[in-house]
Amino acid sequence: MAGTLAEKVWADHVVRRGENGEPDLLYIDLQLLHEVTSPQAFDGLRQEGRTPRRIDQTIATEDHNTPTIDIDKPIADITSRTQIETLRRNAEEFGVRIHSLGDKDQGIVHVVGPQLGLTMPGITVVCGDSHTSTHGAFGALAFGIGTSEVEHVLATQTLPLTPFKTMAVTVTGSLKPGVTAKDIILAVIAKIGTGGGAGYVLEYRGEAIRELSMEGRMTICNMSIEAGARAGMIAPDETTFEYVKGRPHAPQGEDWDEAVAYWKTLRTDDDATFDAEVVIDADQLEPFVTWGTNPGQGLPLSAAVPAPEDFVDQTDRSAAERALEYMDLVPGTPLKDIKVDTVFMGSCTNGRIEDLRAFASVLEGRTKHPDVRVLVVPGSARVRLQAEQVGLEKVFFDFGAEWRQAGCSMCLGMNPDQLAPGECAASTSNRNFEGRQGKGGRTHLVSPVVAAATAVRGTLSSPSDLLTNA
Amino acid sequence: MEAFTTHTGIGVPLRRSNVDTDQIIPAVYLKRVTKTGFDDGLFNAWRTNDPEFVLNQPAYAKGSVLVAGPDFGTGSSREHAVWALRDYGFKAVLSTRFAEIFRGNAGKQGLVAGILSQDDIEQLWKILEENPGTEVTVDLENRQVHAGDATFRFEIDDYTRWRLMEGLDDIALTLRHEEDISAFEAKRPSWMPKTLPVRTADTQV
Ligand code: SF4
Repeated sequence: MAGTLAEKVWADHVVRRGENGEPDLLYIDLQLLHEVTSPQAFDGLRQEGRTPRRIDQTIATEDHNTPTIDIDKPIADITSRTQIETLRRNAEEFGVRIHSLGDKDQGIVHVVGPQLGLTMPGITVVCGDSHTSTHGAFGALAFGIGTSEVEHVLATQTLPLTPFKTMAVTVTGSLKPGVTAKDIILAVIAKIGTGGGAGYVLEYRGEAIRELSMEGRMTICNMSIEAGARAGMIAPDETTFEYVKGRPHAPQGEDWDEAVAYWKTLRTDDDATFDAEVVIDADQLEPFVTWGTNPGQGLPLSAAVPAPEDFVDQTDRSAAERALEYMDLVPGTPLKDIKVDTVFMGSCTNGRIEDLRAFASVLEGRTKHPDVRVLVVPGSARVRLQAEQVGLEKVFFDFGAEWRQAGCSMCLGMNPDQLAPGECAASTSNRNFEGRQGKGGRTHLVSPVVAAATAVRGTLSSPSDLLTNA
Repeated sequence: MEAFTTHTGIGVPLRRSNVDTDQIIPAVYLKRVTKTGFDDGLFNAWRTNDPEFVLNQPAYAKGSVLVAGPDFGTGSSREHAVWALRDYGFKAVLSTRFAEIFRGNAGKQGLVAGILSQDDIEQLWKILEENPGTEVTVDLENRQVHAGDATFRFEIDDYTRWRLMEGLDDIALTLRHEEDISAFEAKRPSWMPKTLPVRTADTQV
């Protein structure tokens, strides 16, 4: 029978079909753990006298709470320290592999999995973290779960689940220079809304998606959750195989050939049907930024701050009203006039080596705007090493940016990297919710190159603005 | 999870509607790293600031059957709300309507969430208030609540009822299919991702 990519991966993981409205029992190939959502799961195991079923399909790292400076000193915040120490103790007690702060493979879970070659096409990946959708870029079925489910997977390596619906997000044409994967996904979310993907697995397809690197694909799948979707997927192709090949845990030799042969079958059949479809034309896209307090409140950078009256829907209108008040923005102001205090370059959306390269390529030879603080936080310790090997660190340093240690950092401000009340940030992360980056902080979501141009000019800008003013 | 057939304990009349999970347990308790010991957080604001609050009255303090107004457990999805009720000693919550996620979480943790009509809830409140410390029996098998001489019927879906009566949490239920899981594992290709033995870019040859 004809099937979509998501349906094929699902079918290949059904341990037991549910009868009479019962959910299917789905096998989980890989579980990633971090310090925030795992402690109660381990505690639950202990309470019931259970042990993890497959520690060889489980890996833990520390990311949400970790400081990005002075990492050799004890963590000052008590809650953060307790969570991290609890994870370390649990990992030791149950024999789970862990990459702790200071280790070369520590970092944001969603950067660490792919970089070790653990994330592969056609597997199922879960983590107690909504941005697990990132791994879908490889053609994996990857989604975030709650703490009880983390415990469930630890104990059984499966999850009872009802099948998701499927939505095709077709991106036709090719991106113009200076327009990136981040702009595609911000445009998709602006189009379908933050609830548009609810109940669906999104499959990104079309020419523009095929042309993206793995980093770009991960950026897109990462933000599927911001459209309300459970997961996002992209069919694996040569770009995917090339990326996985040779990584520490990638299949080798004959295994590799066998794996690739299977991976090549992982595409939506021509005669398969999706439950829904949206189309975006990449040729028409410009750099996108958000002006409001949810990721769906985005516009092309050349636009102006909208007025609540621009929205027909009553809910959208009142959301806009509240957002404008929180963001302290006046309708009609060109987005490019918005002044920014902080540029945050990092997160599981855009904290990979290619993102840092793109960011650095715009900074190189330019000077930072004096009023802007620039924080560059690599997605993993390994990314930090890579960046230093190719001299990016010097570019950041010369520019006047702060070059930090790996972690989630200002993406959610669980560590000391936070915005002050009223401060405004251009951020390469994925959520612009009220107070997300610090109490009272205001966030504009942008791509790495827009973040870089903004750091130069002090207002939201695209790289092309630098050329016209040069 | 302990099997639940019937339970008898002191009934606690909570004359409030829309008790959201923030009221059941405030956000500060979410920073904890354990799954037990949340009893001190239960209804913390009310227990701290309101001497009249029902659980502050000695006759109800050891209650184990909560009788609440409509829309119990709304708001944030935090499972801690159920943990707090359970850790305090509650075995059942009766209400006219529960928030969907709360009801799901309750079922996972062995807490019976029974639905009664508003009239019946009112009657239960009256019985419990007239005679503080009255014991209530929740009979899951027959879906009945007995208080004093009165008997009421409550609703709970078949699947949850069955699971609670068998004492099966989701994990125990899944483990009943362990053979299927092992059979599935036996067929998995050898090249599927393995986190152990540890390999990194540095250990690679
Ligand atoms: S970088 Fe941000 S979005 Fe990603 S896992 Fe960390 S906190 Fe979550």
